Amino acid sequence: MIGALVAREVQGAFARGGALLPVLFFLLVATLFPFAVGPDRDLLAAVGGGALWTAALLAALLPVERLVEPDRASGVLDQLAARGIAEEAVALAKLLGHWLSFGPPLLLAALPAAALLKLPGATLLRLELGLLLGTPGLAALGLMTAALTAGLRGAGAVAGLLMLPLAAPLLIFGAGMLRTGQDASAPKLLAAASLALVALAPFVAGAAIRAGRT
Amino acid sequence: MHALANPARFLSFARPLTPWLGWGGAALLGASLFGGLFLSPRDYLQGETVRIMYVHVPTAWLGMGGWAALAAASASHLVWRHTLAGIAARAIAVPGAVMTALALATGAIWGRPTWGTWWEWDGRLTSMLLLFFLYCGYLALNAAERERGGEAKLSAIFGLVGAVNLPVIHFSVIWWNTLHQPPSLTTEGSAIDASIAWPLLGSTIGFTLLFAAIVLMRMRAILGQARFAARLRRAAA
Repeated sequence: MIGALVAREVQGAFARGGALLPVLFFLLVATLFPFAVGPDRDLLAAVGGGALWTAALLAALLPVERLVEPDRASGVLDQLAARGIAEEAVALAKLLGHWLSFGPPLLLAALPAAALLKLPGATLLRLELGLLLGTPGLAALGLMTAALTAGLRGAGAVAGLLMLPLAAPLLIFGAGMLRTGQDASAPKLLAAASLALVALAPFVAGAAIRAGRT
Repeated sequence: MHALANPARFLSFARPLTPWLGWGGAALLGASLFGGLFLSPRDYLQGETVRIMYVHVPTAWLGMGGWAALAAASASHLVWRHTLAGIAARAIAVPGAVMTALALATGAIWGRPTWGTWWEWDGRLTSMLLLFFLYCGYLALNAAERERGGEAKLSAIFGLVGAVNLPVIHFSVIWWNTLHQPPSLTTEGSAIDASIAWPLLGSTIGFTLLFAAIVLMRMRAILGQARFAARLRRAAA
């Protein structure tokens, strides 16, 4: 059952083109950033990785509106509840499906983005590793925010305000991984923050889906 | 605590308690600030600027304590479905956000002469700034949820999730010991001389009593609004 739900999430994301949107946004930021700070190779190599992390954070905000709200509005969530499937299980399936349609495309998009920002190879490797560790946490935060704001007016603006402060640890440790000569604690802390968010997300999102029924 | 979940019983003690807390807090705060600003000695190193502490420490404590209370109220709202707890959480959010903003502002004013900078990306400063944004997010979510109607359960869930920031703020000065000093007042004793510690303690308690009075007043106002709306609905029916 969970597998079917995960497959449904992934199919829905790719069919509606929703999975493409964050990736395009991510690449667009990578294109605009050199316009803003100038195409100087050294400067871009120094700040480009951090800029891509910020772009990834903002890109994670885009799919929030289509994660829970369509299923809530069309009654799919109620149908699943009527079949006796716990909201937490639905949330877990949504988390897996969301990461599959968000994480790998973003990891791929980081390659051309790194080329646009003239990132050195070593930085690119650390960025990819960081995104691999961090995107599950970003997906978890996106799902929690989506469940909390589903059906509310001005959900998009509220979602940004809820999600971005809580995403700060991922950004701090993810960008901390990029710097050379940094001690080995940044990847561990990034993985820990990401893991904590992933562990929390099914319960928070499940409770929020239930609370949203009032 | 469960006996207080009844709004009528809550009002019967909140109404007389408010002026005691409010005036008592104001008097204590006035006396402590007078003591702190005029009677206590200047710091041998920081000079007169140390007196900002008598506002900075209480507001920072209330910014953090405010979210802890908000999270506790949210938990009891979710677990026991006490509507009054949800109202308490909502009543705490605005003064809590103001206190956090005041702590950040006084910290910046204090940092300029002593650290030589208005702002530094230090762990304590950053996590307090995030706390302020979490308060803003809570208020936005709560407003959107009230517009839809129903109990404010989504805000309560967010109140609990946001509490993960509190230990980060508390331990930030130990984990990343960059600029902000570690705690001076611990359970093992005080690194502050008594002549400074007494006014600080007084102003902290004074600020806290005032904070409690404001929260009680806001809770009564929210209850009054709900009662008014119900009366209007009955009159229209």
